[in-house]
Amino acid sequence: MLCDDCGKKEAVVHIVQIGPNGRVEKNLCEDCAQKYGSTMFDHQQESPMSVNDFLKGVFSNPPQKAREEAPQGAELVCPNCGMSYRDFQQTGKIGCSVCYDTFRAQLEPLLRRVHGSSVHSGKIPHRTGGRLETKHEIEVLRAALKESVEKEAYEQAAEYRDQIRALERKLLQQEGEERHAAE
Amino acid sequence: MQQSETQEKDVFRVNGLPWLTSHAPESDVVISSRIRLARNYRKVPFPNRADFEQLAAVLQLTDGVIPLVEQVTQQHLSRYAMDQLTKLQRDVLVDKRLVTNNLVANPQDRVAYISDDTSISLLVNEEDHLRIASRTPGLALEQAYEMASAIDDAFESRLDIAFDEKMGYLTSCPTNLGTGLRASVVLHLPGLVFTRNIANIINISQQLGLSVRGLYGDDKEVVGNLFRVSNQLTLGFSEQEIIDNLKSAVTEIIAHERRARKALALYMKEHLEDDIWRAYGTLRYARLLTEKEVLALFSKVRLGIDMRLVEEVSADCFPDVLIGSRASWLQNLAGTENMSKNELDKLRAETVRSALAAHPGRAARAGA
Repeated sequence: MLCDDCGKKEAVVHIVQIGPNGRVEKNLCEDCAQKYGSTMFDHQQESPMSVNDFLKGVFSNPPQKAREEAPQGAELVCPNCGMSYRDFQQTGKIGCSVCYDTFRAQLEPLLRRVHGSSVHSGKIPHRTGGRLETKHEIEVLRAALKESVEKEAYEQAAEYRDQIRALERKLLQQEGEERHAAE
Repeated sequence: MQQSETQEKDVFRVNGLPWLTSHAPESDVVISSRIRLARNYRKVPFPNRADFEQLAAVLQLTDGVIPLVEQVTQQHLSRYAMDQLTKLQRDVLVDKRLVTNNLVANPQDRVAYISDDTSISLLVNEEDHLRIASRTPGLALEQAYEMASAIDDAFESRLDIAFDEKMGYLTSCPTNLGTGLRASVVLHLPGLVFTRNIANIINISQQLGLSVRGLYGDDKEVVGNLFRVSNQLTLGFSEQEIIDNLKSAVTEIIAHERRARKALALYMKEHLEDDIWRAYGTLRYARLLTEKEVLALFSKVRLGIDMRLVEEVSADCFPDVLIGSRASWLQNLAGTENMSKNELDKLRAETVRSALAAHPGRAARAGA
């Protein structure tokens, strides 16, 4: 159907105007429809097709392989916010930070598809970063240790070795605490 | 957090957006840089699933850290509760890009903290519990990131931030997961638009994992030749890598834009100058101006200023013209939402005329 006003382009908008002459219905193309109201296609507004809509689709149609790997996904419920896996499939939204842990198995393939990766390699918070920060420090020290051994700077190497040992003890302790907390 | 009445009014009455100043690196092409970090508090449901009690708790947690943030940033932060602002005031904040449509959509328990120089904004209970934004004029992403990261550190020293060893910072939308970092720059690209090279640039940028969007206008036609370029991926890269990647792509775009301008000046000198001066004349003397007209005309004037063809006015009038021509700004100035198109266009033309007069360039100052 062509636009009622310009008769050139395909009509995509249907409008009903109620004025002094009664009811007028028109089928318009996007350009002509724009003349009828400045707010209609305001780019400032969030586009009607959101990321969540898209994710919703991705959630509800997992590839065959993922469906076999996580067959119980549909019955999972987040213990913190009560979000179920079915809610995800319907809304495409995530409920709380604990959801990521609850639905980890289902989310990881999705993350790889969205980001091409599923492992964080940026900033780590001190409080909630947990053992990751300590592990990271150990890695850095190990590299430094190797370098100083190559340079035959053994005194410095010994210092690094002691630091690494101290951190490893700390790591074990943290793991113990976590296990304790979990029980 | 006590604030004087005048300060609160200022953001609605005075344009003052220092992060749009023209005295900045690469500011002939790069208007401004912005870093945004998405953070959430542990265990509290994300704003889209939280009830009012939980949203209020998030607010309370955030409020408690603000004095520390003020200390770290050495800036005073004003608190704006969205449900206590008029619709026009909210629209002004949105048009200044200090808050988002998303924050304004459900005003209850939504709060924005904005620094006096407007370079920092903290949005509470937007898509995530906390969105930290830091802006700098010109191309200065590192500087913006340093500030945002320092604010993040302040929050992290007092509150438990949702974080996972593998997935990084946990966000409401999986597309922000990992670093939670969105780095972006606003570019003025009239040269690439006039020489019809912009489509190529957009295409290539997308292949590099960057998103390019027009700041004003719709998908078919960008008005004002302003584009926002930002990173799309947030997981699997470090903050530095994301910023470096954006920066190197932007540096390349700047080079292309400058080349296009040079070509225009070489092959179409008369045409270009005529176009620019006509635009200047219209903005300077017109009595009725639409939003779209101002954006399109001012892009040409700004090009003239940056190419040193126009010396009558300084590039610093940019924020006054840009924000001063928004309908929300004019309606808020007039104190009424009920303005006819004619009244708006008339007030807009007046505002633009006085904005140009308020920022004389070298030639105008020499003449005076």
